[in-house]
Amino acid sequence: MQNSRQELDAILTRFKGRHGALIPLLQEVQQLEGYLKKDTLKYVSEQMGVSAAEIFGVATFYSMFRLKPQGKYVIRVCKGTACHVSGANTILNAIRENLKLEGDEDTTEDTLFTVMEVACLGCCSLAPVIMIGDQTYGKLTPEAIPGVLGKFAK
Amino acid sequence: MEKIIAKLGLGSCGIAAGAGEVWTELEKIVHDEKYLVKLEKTACIGMCFEEPVLELSGPGKPTVMLGTVSPGDVKSILDGYLSNTLEYNNIILHEHKEAVHNDLIGNQQRIVLRNCGVIDPESLDDYEAAGGYQALRKALTLKPMDIIDEVKASGLRGRGGAGFSTGMKWQFAFNARSDKKYIVCNADEGDPGAFMDRSTLEGDPHAIIEGMIIGAYAMGADEGYLYVRAEYPMAIKHLRKAIADAEAKGYLGQNILGKGFNCELHIKEGAGAFVCGEETALMQSIEGKRGMPTIRPPFPAESGLWGKPTNINNVETWANIPWIITHGADAFRKFGTEKSPGTKVFALAGKIKNSGLIEVPMGMTLHDVIYKVGGGIKDGKKFKGVQLGGPSGGCVPASLLDTTVDYDSINKTGAIMGSGGMVVMDEDSCMVDIARFFLNFTQNESCGKCTFCRIGTRRMLEILTRITEGKGVMEDIEKLEQLAVKIIKGSLCGLGQTAPNPVLTTLRYFRDEYIAHIEEKRCPAHSCTALLKYEVVPDKCVGCTACARKCPVQCISGAVKQVHEIDQSKCIKCGACYTACKFNAITKV
Ligand SMILES: Cc1cc2nc3c(=O)[nH]c(=O)nc-3n(C[C@H](O)[C@H](O)[C@H](O)COP(=O)(O)O)c2cc1C
Ligand code: FES
Repeated sequence: MQNSRQELDAILTRFKGRHGALIPLLQEVQQLEGYLKKDTLKYVSEQMGVSAAEIFGVATFYSMFRLKPQGKYVIRVCKGTACHVSGANTILNAIRENLKLEGDEDTTEDTLFTVMEVACLGCCSLAPVIMIGDQTYGKLTPEAIPGVLGKFAK
Repeated sequence: MEKIIAKLGLGSCGIAAGAGEVWTELEKIVHDEKYLVKLEKTACIGMCFEEPVLELSGPGKPTVMLGTVSPGDVKSILDGYLSNTLEYNNIILHEHKEAVHNDLIGNQQRIVLRNCGVIDPESLDDYEAAGGYQALRKALTLKPMDIIDEVKASGLRGRGGAGFSTGMKWQFAFNARSDKKYIVCNADEGDPGAFMDRSTLEGDPHAIIEGMIIGAYAMGADEGYLYVRAEYPMAIKHLRKAIADAEAKGYLGQNILGKGFNCELHIKEGAGAFVCGEETALMQSIEGKRGMPTIRPPFPAESGLWGKPTNINNVETWANIPWIITHGADAFRKFGTEKSPGTKVFALAGKIKNSGLIEVPMGMTLHDVIYKVGGGIKDGKKFKGVQLGGPSGGCVPASLLDTTVDYDSINKTGAIMGSGGMVVMDEDSCMVDIARFFLNFTQNESCGKCTFCRIGTRRMLEILTRITEGKGVMEDIEKLEQLAVKIIKGSLCGLGQTAPNPVLTTLRYFRDEYIAHIEEKRCPAHSCTALLKYEVVPDKCVGCTACARKCPVQCISGAVKQVHEIDQSKCIKCGACYTACKFNAITKV
C-alpha cells in the first residue's frame, strides 16, 4: 500500500503544472491501480488542485476509464460494423456463456476476466475480432472460443 | 553472393493473423541454419485477408508475395525460393506470372499508401531512401504562402469526412494573427468498421509527421498534437519512435534543417469517445476536459486549442502533403475528378472477398471498387448494399453501384464519403438491423449536450428495436422520418446532424424490408433472431445427430438415423445446428 502511494505520488509530481494533462494522468493512475478508486480520485483532486467534479466528469465521460475493479485479463469484444455483420453477437454470447456471466455482470467471480464491448479494433478484415490483453484474435467462430479462453485460464 | 530479401508484414492485422510466430521461425532458420537471407519488417500492404503476408525478392529472381503463411511453411518456402523451385499453394503476387492478386494492386493508385507495406515503418533510413523528408527540404526553401497556394491548386479536400478544401483551411489559419498557433492531426478514427488511418499510422508514420511539419511552417505554427485512438497501441509506438528519430535528425525541434524554424509534436492518446473525433470536442479532450463539442464560430482557425488559432487535419490529408509538395499540384490533379482530385484510401470490410485496405483514384465507380479491386462478394452470395461513411453515412444499394467515388456523387445518394470505411453487406444482412446497429452506436456515443441528439436518437433506437422484434407498426416509419428531421435540425455537431442518415438511407432504398418486419413479422434476411425459427427439413435430415450434439441447450431430439426435431420453446436461436449440419437439413424460416 505504502509503495503504491509512493508510485502514485511520483505520477502526480510528473504531471504537476502540465496543462491538459488530466486524461493521461488518469490513464497512468488506472494502470497503476487497475481501476479508478474513489479514494484515489479524491486524493488526486486534493493534490492537483482540480475539483473532484471535474475529475469525475472526465472519468465518467471516457469509456476507457473504469470505476469498478476489473479482471486480470480484459477481453475486448469488437462490436464494430464489420464484426457486427460477421456475427459478433454470437461471439459475445459464446464468451459470456463460457465464462458463466449472467445479466449485466462483466467480470468473472474469480476476477480472472472482464468482458468489454468496444467499437472496432481496427482489424476489420479479420472480423469477428476480440482482443485479450494486447493480443488480437481474428476470424473467430463460437466454437473457437473455449480454446482461446482456455489459454488464459489457470 | 547477394542475399535474397524476405519481408514480412507485421502490422496489427498481420500480428493478429499470426505473423509474430512466422517472424520467430524466420529468424530461427536464418540464424541457426545460416541461410543467405536478409530479413526485413514492414507493415500492412493492404491485403489483410491474406495475412500473414511474406514477400521474397532477390537478384535475378522474380519478386513474389505469398499469403496465409504459417510457421511450418517457412523452411520449404525459403528452400524453394533459393533453389528456384518454389512451390506454394497461395502465391498472391508474382512479378512475371499470373497470380491471384496481380490485378488487385494493378487497379490501385498509391499516393497515401506509397510506403505502406514497402518500408520498415520504424526506420527513418528506409523512409529517407524512399524520398522521405525531401518535401520538407523543398518546402523550407519556399515562402509559406507559396506552399498554401500549391495545396490550394492541388484541390486536396479533407479526408476526415467533410471534404473541405485543405488549402482554404490553411489560408484561414495563416491569416489568423497570434503569437502562438497549433496544428493537430486527427487520428481518432472512430468509424467502427474502418482502419485506413491505423494502417497509415502504423505503416508510414514519417509521412504524416513530414506533412505536419510542412503545414506548421506554412501556417506559422510551432507546436502540434497527434490525437490517436488508444485502441491503436502499435500506431502510437511507431509514432513515438518516428518523432524521436525525426528530432534526432534535425527534422523536428529547434532550428529545423538550419532554417531557423522550430516545431514540436506531441502525442495525445484518446480515451474512448467517438465524439472526440469531432474537431471541437477533440480540442477539449486535448485540453484534458470532457470531449464536448462547442459552437462554431469561432472556428478553430481563429480560436482553437487554449484559445489559439489551430488547424486540424485528418491523417490521410496530412499524408498527402509531402507527395503534393514533391510532385506538384498538377501531378496530383492527374488523378481523380475535377472537384475531387487525387486518390482515396478505403477500408473494405464485411462480406467482401478481398477485405483490406486499398487506394484508388477518385471517380472510380463503386462497382469497380467492390468487384474489380475488392474481388466481389464472399462465398458466392448476393450483394445487397454497402455502408459508406459509417454511423454518419448511409447504405447504398445495388441499383446505385454505378455511382462514382467522389464527394459530390456520394452525397447525392444520401450517404457520405466519410473517412473511407466501406462495409459490404450481402443477402444475409438485415437492413433494419443495420440501421438499429448504427443508432445504438450513436445513441451510446452522443455526448448528451443537445436534447434532440440525446433523447431523439434513443427514441429512434427504441422504435427500430421494436421493429426488429416484430412489434413495430406502420406509423413507426413515419415517426422515424419525423424524428430524423428534428435531430438533424436540433443538433450542434456532426454527430447528431448525421446520426439519422443510416435510417433515412435504409428507409429510402430498403423500405420493403421494414414493411416485411412490420406487416408480415418476417425478417427477409433471416437475421433478426426474434423473427427467426430454425427448422429441420425432414427430407434432407439423415439423422447423423451432429446438430443435437452441438446444441448448447439440448433442444434437438431424435434417434440415430431418424429425422430430428427442434423444440422451439427451448431454442435460443444460436445457429449452432445450422452450421453443424452438413446436409443443409436445417433451414431458417
Ligand atoms: C462525430 C464526428 C466524428 C468525427 N470523427 C473523425 C475522425 O475519427 N477522424 C477524422 O479525421 N475526422 C473526424 N471527424 C471530422 C472532424 O471534425 C474534422 O472535420 C476533420 O478532422 C478535419 O480534417 P480534414 O479537413 O483533414 O478532413 C468527425 C466529425 C464528427 C462530427
Ligand atoms: S469492426 Fe471489428 S475490428 Fe473493425
